[in-house]
Amino acid sequence: MATSKILVGKRSEIDVKSSRKLRIENIDIVLFHLSDGSVLAVENKCPHKGGLLSEGMVCDGKVHCPLHDWKIDLRSGKVQDPDEGCVTTFKTEVDEQSGDIYIHM
Amino acid sequence: MKKREKLVMIGNGMAGVRTVEHLLKLAPHAYDITIIGDEPHPNYNRIMLSSVLAGSTDMKEIVINDWDWYKENGIKLVVGEKAVRIDTKQRQITTQLGKHFDYDRVIIATGSQPFMLPIAGSNKEGVIAFRNIKDCETMLEASKQYKKAVVIGGGLLGLEAARGLIHLGMETSVVHIHDYLMERQLDEPASRMLQRELEAQGMTFLLNKQSAFISGRKRVRALHFTDGSEVQADLIVMAVGIRPNVELAKASGIDVNRGIIVNDEMETNLPGIYAVGECAEHRGIAYGLVAPLYEQGMVLAKRLAGIDAPGYQGSVTSTKLKVSGVDVFSAGSFIEDASRKSLRIQDDLAGTYKKITIDSNGKLIGAVLFGDTSDGAELFSLIKRGEIVEGREKELLLGISLDQLNGGNPAARYEAMPDDEIVCGCNGVTKATIVDAIHSKGCNSVSSIKACTKASGSCGGCKPIVEGLLSVYAGDAAAEPVKEGICGCTTLSRDEIVAEIQRMKLLSIKETMNVLGWSEPEGCSKCRPALNYYIGMLYPEEYADEKESRITNERYHANIQKDGTFSVVPRVYGGVTTPSDLKKIAEVAEKFNVPMVKFTGGQRLDLLGVKKEDLPKMWEELDMPSGHAYGKTLRTVKTCVGSTFCRFGTQDSIAMGIRMEKAFERLNAPSKVKLAVSGCPRNCAEATIKDLGIVAIDGGWEIHVGGNGGVKVRATDLLCVVKTEDEVMEWSSAFLQLYREQAIWNERTAQWIERVGLDYVKQALQKQEDRLALMSRINKTLSLTTDPWKEIIQDKELRKNFEQLADIQTAAQ
Repeated sequence: MATSKILVGKRSEIDVKSSRKLRIENIDIVLFHLSDGSVLAVENKCPHKGGLLSEGMVCDGKVHCPLHDWKIDLRSGKVQDPDEGCVTTFKTEVDEQSGDIYIHM
Repeated sequence: MKKREKLVMIGNGMAGVRTVEHLLKLAPHAYDITIIGDEPHPNYNRIMLSSVLAGSTDMKEIVINDWDWYKENGIKLVVGEKAVRIDTKQRQITTQLGKHFDYDRVIIATGSQPFMLPIAGSNKEGVIAFRNIKDCETMLEASKQYKKAVVIGGGLLGLEAARGLIHLGMETSVVHIHDYLMERQLDEPASRMLQRELEAQGMTFLLNKQSAFISGRKRVRALHFTDGSEVQADLIVMAVGIRPNVELAKASGIDVNRGIIVNDEMETNLPGIYAVGECAEHRGIAYGLVAPLYEQGMVLAKRLAGIDAPGYQGSVTSTKLKVSGVDVFSAGSFIEDASRKSLRIQDDLAGTYKKITIDSNGKLIGAVLFGDTSDGAELFSLIKRGEIVEGREKELLLGISLDQLNGGNPAARYEAMPDDEIVCGCNGVTKATIVDAIHSKGCNSVSSIKACTKASGSCGGCKPIVEGLLSVYAGDAAAEPVKEGICGCTTLSRDEIVAEIQRMKLLSIKETMNVLGWSEPEGCSKCRPALNYYIGMLYPEEYADEKESRITNERYHANIQKDGTFSVVPRVYGGVTTPSDLKKIAEVAEKFNVPMVKFTGGQRLDLLGVKKEDLPKMWEELDMPSGHAYGKTLRTVKTCVGSTFCRFGTQDSIAMGIRMEKAFERLNAPSKVKLAVSGCPRNCAEATIKDLGIVAIDGGWEIHVGGNGGVKVRATDLLCVVKTEDEVMEWSSAFLQLYREQAIWNERTAQWIERVGLDYVKQALQKQEDRLALMSRINKTLSLTTDPWKEIIQDKELRKNFEQLADIQTAAQ
């Protein structure tokens, strides 16, 4: 299947160290706005018990799941030690001029 | 290239899979591995079944190796099929479905099965064992329809099953053939103490009873005993012992006794066929506890990997009863005779018992602990080492200091410990794994070892040994980090951090982390909210609260539920409401299709199952202040009716409660704070298990502090008795502010008072000038708070965080 590039919103609509939820084709996705300005997207579901990662605390490129504090790297999608697992990541792109955020699906 | 040998394992349980796991580490590509298991599950932690039943663990959490593990390691897994014959000539295994598997080597790890008493009626519906996931499910089902459960067997497993059934709400009796419980692990005094404790938890005991038959039509109705008596039962759980599964071995010409007979290499009488775990019998013993089975697995894995290592020498075992609120530990042999002497100490005030047994050579050979099992790990390690303890028996009995244990040379003891020795019994972590974490993963603290290996992560009993290994193997690297900070990002304690913030007047989280040398630039979910609280507590006027560093509930001003929905609890001062407020709550609940409306434990109404997007709209329509039922803040002030209506009431508890709730609402605190006011000493508002509880007496008020009704119940301590409502406010304000200024973030008043002592609190509040100073500080803080729901309703920037950014559906399929 060919990938498509979808405009989902503007970076200014997400607070720094915070997140926004969105749905694309019935997939729940969460966008995180990090302190360094980057915007990362992962599936909004912790591999442990399905906790909503959008409600977790963001610390330097990692999010802590609000349910049992699993820590997940937002770039690789990998769950950090001592827990194990992986969430789906989506490639994002930000237009530095307009602040438009695109997701590659 | 040498052709890979075919290894087939029969059985898919803990001991067997553990062996394979270890083998894969030692010789990853040596074998083509096939595992045949008859339970339709991947390998799970059977030991944790009692926790599943007790409700503290979920079925999914006890799976040790999930399906992916088998796939990733190239293991062929055949489940739901039973091996029926090993053809040792053709080197082939046959299953009951007629499939054949060729082998070069075989591991038999068929485990054991529960022994079912061969009495009449034992095949009736409702008679089960306690062994696998299915039994657990049967118990869960039965508890929904039936009331009376009987457990046959007062051993470790029987008691854990009984505790689980009580948790499920069943009236549970335990039948035991012996005249006291757990006679294989405990002596009579310890057993009696255990019995009393379990009786207090609601268990009934029928001791000295031999079961004769089970009556009932289709389903069980009663259990009858040989003495003619009987007990009603809707469910009977048999936990009278286990029997190794030896049929397959026997049918294949392998020597068996009670179990499958193996030598020190875990090999049976037939070459290339091994047995491990509960089905194996080594030097006359078939073990049923996890640690020895893991030790056997380690020996066998080495043998299969071709590593020359000493054989299995048998195990000294220790047991711990996994029943909440009861601490029991037993190890080695603890029965005295002509050559074995015991020392014991029994404290009926504290409810503790300790016994140690020493043999004629002066070696410690056994121990029994009840009530306080903190010395268990150390004593067990002394027993295993077979050290002579002559001359210091009394020190061991009265409590152990590390110095005494180490005998002056701690390093030698940890160095002498074999690499395979299991340090953490709960998670099966060996010394080698811990040392490897120290050497190659850079772990230099107990918490980093825990994060890396899970050692000391469950019951924590092995923590002293992990600390010991750390000091020996990390050397200088461990010297500094042995001190544990508030989280993994820092080595500083709460008091040091607060002092530094004050000394340098640090006004942001980022700056604080920067100046104090945090290892993670943006901290973690533990230190961020803590720093946010400390700075805000110290500088309420100057500090801008950082909402990104608040825990989830405090960011959304609602309580997150397991499915990601939230709950809404409006403020109802003192639990006193009006018909119009009730109507409004009802209308909002209807309008937003709230799935459940419930009264909380703190006399409020809880609207549960609300979608995040709906929160601001609901708050707006409710037009009531936030009830703060979600944060580390003042929750509720619970009141009884008091002198307004009650014929016993001595004071107006409702007015007092409302005044307190209006004064302290929105207060940020280290942890949640619950208050209550009772109008007389009958104490209907349950004030003596609250953080701050006021009880009216004739002509005055008692102020109680530091209570908790949660996991660990703690009754309050009486702080003082005062005469007027203004004095109640003065003392309450001063107490709450002292707690705010001194406690560790996330520490309840109960834990704080246990830590600092009531005398400290009394002394700090003794002088009126100190109380007034504290009161003016809390009033300052309170004057700066606003209602968070209103704030969000009015601010579009804040509201956006509750909404979805986009919902995109492309038309093309």
